[in-house]
Amino acid sequence: MGRVAAGVAALALALGVAGCSAAGGTPGNGPTRHTVVVLAASSLTESLTAIAKDFEAAHPGTDVQLSFAASSTVVTQVNQGAPADLIALAGTSAAGRLDAKRIVGGSRSVASNTLEIATPPGNPGKVNAITDLSRATLKVVLCVATAPCGEAAAKALSAAGVVAHVVSYENDVKATLAKVQLGEADAAIVYHSDVVSAGGRVRGVQIPASVNQTLDYPLIRLTDDPTTAEFATFLLSDQSRRRLRDNGFQTP
Amino acid sequence: MRSVRWARAGLVFPAWVAIAVLLVPLLALLLKADWAGIPAHLANPTVVPALRLSLLTTTSTLVICALIGTPLAWLLARSTHRATPWLRALVTVPLVLPPVVGGVALLMAYGREGVVGRTLLEVAGWSIPFTPVAVVCAEVFVALPFYVLAVEGAMQGLDPRYDGLAATLGASPWRTFRTVVVPMVAPGIASGAALAWARALGEFGATITFAGNFPGRTQTAPLAVYVALESDPQAAIALSLVMLLISVVILGALRGRWLR
Repeated sequence: MGRVAAGVAALALALGVAGCSAAGGTPGNGPTRHTVVVLAASSLTESLTAIAKDFEAAHPGTDVQLSFAASSTVVTQVNQGAPADLIALAGTSAAGRLDAKRIVGGSRSVASNTLEIATPPGNPGKVNAITDLSRATLKVVLCVATAPCGEAAAKALSAAGVVAHVVSYENDVKATLAKVQLGEADAAIVYHSDVVSAGGRVRGVQIPASVNQTLDYPLIRLTDDPTTAEFATFLLSDQSRRRLRDNGFQTP
Repeated sequence: MRSVRWARAGLVFPAWVAIAVLLVPLLALLLKADWAGIPAHLANPTVVPALRLSLLTTTSTLVICALIGTPLAWLLARSTHRATPWLRALVTVPLVLPPVVGGVALLMAYGREGVVGRTLLEVAGWSIPFTPVAVVCAEVFVALPFYVLAVEGAMQGLDPRYDGLAATLGASPWRTFRTVVVPMVAPGIASGAALAWARALGEFGATITFAGNFPGRTQTAPLAVYVALESDPQAAIALSLVMLLISVVILGALRGRWLR
């Protein structure tokens, strides 16, 4: 019994030292390199990647590490203790679940986005309006209901009185868009920014303003680190706003 | 004496760490479960359809693996052709391939725009992605190598004199395979089947990539766990416990072979 207890104590110690230190590594405290870890909504993939490059070019010695997922996943990751300095979410509802203890300072909106239907370039399903999505011959893909894009799509569909013929609920907006880019789905409800970023690889079909949803993108700081503050300010600069607008976002 | 004790500690300590690495997460699952609420969480509308779909697709996968995998295992075990080792290596590839890569490969093959899928759609009007058939495709792709390798191993251990004897008694190769080989390697087939079934049950990456995620149609138990983790974590834990229980039962069934 004593040996078992000693063993358990020893391995608990070993796990504490060896297992968890790999995941730690508090960002931003290195003497030479200033790292900012950003977890962001997947719809921000293209624009934030470009903005991070701009920032690193303007601030030598900084390193912006980006990770993209559905906003609901980002919040779950943060609540489970993921090391992050800054998060950018699609819509304000996902932030409701965010552990308040991790928030440093307030949140600011960096951009806003609306929904749009994406179809393959040839539009094989002949989708021209949101009401077409109810056709039983169509393969429609949406985001999973927990992700903001899925939540917003459900609201838009219900406002339009449409029961879409859905074949799959994907984890995040980029996975949803991918099914259309691959030609496997006839239509998907994604963000306007995704259609713009995808360029010619998908075709956009407008959703009327009367049923469309607008999502604000809050930027929330999780650490007091000065480089993080600098990057957060940079995100609101004219240069960054231009990047966001180029990718189909609206900016304040 | 002292050095012996230290040498022993040098083995015992890493062994304890290994045990912790394997058991701590499983114990955590048990500790974090809301045991009183489990029946209610299992009644979550996504849980039962997901378990039913998993049961249906993994059983189909097992039947397919047995029908096509057993003959392949036999040919690999008995072939002396110089290409055989290469073929054996090739059928092992899905074993080491990341499942999500398998899913992409399946899309490229059987997707609507895929190499085979396009013809299938034009000629027969079938589109495989987003259907339970796609789930079975993904599961067979990842589980078949486990089955083939396990059964082939058992068949290689079978003395070739049995086949020779059956042949001299006038049995055709098919009859030898059916009445001599298969009954004699039955334990190998059983463990191959259990391994393949467990692998199919746990399939996630290839399924979500190739078959998508739709409750009742392509949302298997692992996909339901992943989705529920964000909406209803306790339902995810409850479903995880059901899958853990199933895995333990499978392991129990294999006890004779692996747990001595």
